[in-house]
Amino acid sequence: MSTLVIAEHNNSALAPVTLSVVTAAKAIGNEVTVLVAGAGCGAVAEQAAKVEGVAKVLVADNAAYENQLAENMGLLIADLGKGYTHILAAATTNGKNFLPRAAASLDVEQISDIVRVDSADTFARPIYAGNAVATVQSSDAIKVITVRGTSFDAAASEGGSAAVEAVDAAHDAGISSFAGEELAKSDRPELTAADIVISGGRGMQNGDNFELLYKVADKIGAAVGASRAAVDAGFVPNDMQVGQTGKIVAPQLYVAVGISGAIQHLAGMKESKVIVAINKDEEAPIFSVADYGLVADLFEAVPELEKLV
Amino acid sequence: MKVLVAVKRVIDYNVKVRVKPDNTDVDLANVKMAMNPFCEIAIEEAVRLKEKGVATEVVVVSIGDKKSEEQIRTALALGADRGILVETDESISSLTAAKILKGLVDKEEPGIVLLGKQSIDSDNNQTGQMLASLAGLPQGTFASEVVVDGDKVNVTREIDGGLQTVALNLPAVVTTDLRLNEPRYAKLPDIMKAKRKPLDKTTPADLGVEVASKVATLKVEPPAERSAGIKVASVDELVAKLKNEAKVL
Repeated sequence: MSTLVIAEHNNSALAPVTLSVVTAAKAIGNEVTVLVAGAGCGAVAEQAAKVEGVAKVLVADNAAYENQLAENMGLLIADLGKGYTHILAAATTNGKNFLPRAAASLDVEQISDIVRVDSADTFARPIYAGNAVATVQSSDAIKVITVRGTSFDAAASEGGSAAVEAVDAAHDAGISSFAGEELAKSDRPELTAADIVISGGRGMQNGDNFELLYKVADKIGAAVGASRAAVDAGFVPNDMQVGQTGKIVAPQLYVAVGISGAIQHLAGMKESKVIVAINKDEEAPIFSVADYGLVADLFEAVPELEKLV
Repeated sequence: MKVLVAVKRVIDYNVKVRVKPDNTDVDLANVKMAMNPFCEIAIEEAVRLKEKGVATEVVVVSIGDKKSEEQIRTALALGADRGILVETDESISSLTAAKILKGLVDKEEPGIVLLGKQSIDSDNNQTGQMLASLAGLPQGTFASEVVVDGDKVNVTREIDGGLQTVALNLPAVVTTDLRLNEPRYAKLPDIMKAKRKPLDKTTPADLGVEVASKVATLKVEPPAERSAGIKVASVDELVAKLKNEAKVL
């Protein structure tokens, strides 16, 4: 019984979500090996080796894995994964992209987006946009699983001293190539890792008005998110979307501004510790999940909030 | 180039989902069903590829019971040319669906296979990737733009950090995200015409696929309820509560 965790990283730093995946791996109870696949990713391997509870780190450092193309990652994970009983990755757009490919190669099913580990073969996962939670049991020889990061505490990033081992498997499927990316640049914390998230919805009226939220966020070190309505309307880019099909967040404090509270949005934030809703419509469904609701015009309330925090 | 689109019949996205009292599943009796929203986007993209002269034929496939024929007819009304129903009363895992679709890809030899990135019932987000893997094809998942360029397709993908573009050799598998396009509505004359478009039927067994799953659902429960809190009268009071009561500021 042993578990392979696929590290999420950008070739220079280990993403915090991997620490949560390690915690899920430890809950399964096996020895934990972390696979760092990338190019020039030695620093990531060193960080992974220090994570509490990690027994071994495999590094596949090859140009084929530089952008973690699913075609190449799928082959690598299926190849290395044969020797494990569990393969785990974060339920990020990265993990969701390559892990099912590896599962199909191994002829096993995948259990997506688990929020709880009951035993080595039994897990809980949300279905129907979080309107139900299914407990499922797998009899596959290898359990391939994506993990919802916000549902597991982060393992300590220091304290471990795992052995680092190079893997020289170079799987280049040769059928796809990376053509470019436009990454959002922000000095604010990453949405899924922030302690405080402030999100705007259709009520913001336009993208310029999000400046009101940025000002508050910068004062209190918060990340800024948005509802699908705000993203669809073109106010802000897609990477800010919180919800069923966007990012799942569970910060200490979530402030929903001008968001009505569609079920798809609630699915992405209702695990937050404290929820605040600011909306001028007192019938808005968001108030049914808010710990503190303020019925007010956001264009008056948000600048006031900025002054008071 | 032929485009194959897979669509799934699911609970209508406007319906409030309820868990059955015996916790075996959600209650789907007498509930409105519809085409999975991401699959609508896939159909729309295929029809646009045909309108642009890139695609020559759009074939729509659904796996499910007889009633899935309704969703195939909807797709035909939206502009698909012919349909295939892979009929089964069993519930199908993503891996089984991928194996069935692989069988159809071998038969139909499409240039692009379009699927929704996930279905809003099981929320698995697996089938497209698994199909691509089994068929040895490249994949462009969570697409927000699809541009065919000679023997390649450039797919812009919605990723956590922003957008990423990959160049894929054709044939390829593409799964749709929300902002790829805005699906059209079917016009009445097209709905009438769709009834006369060809719809073939086959079964998983005909395609050599055994319907089985190694993952059993032990129980289905409603999520922990979050109760409404209090209303505050002013921003002052809100900030005071967050600092002193909730201690999160």
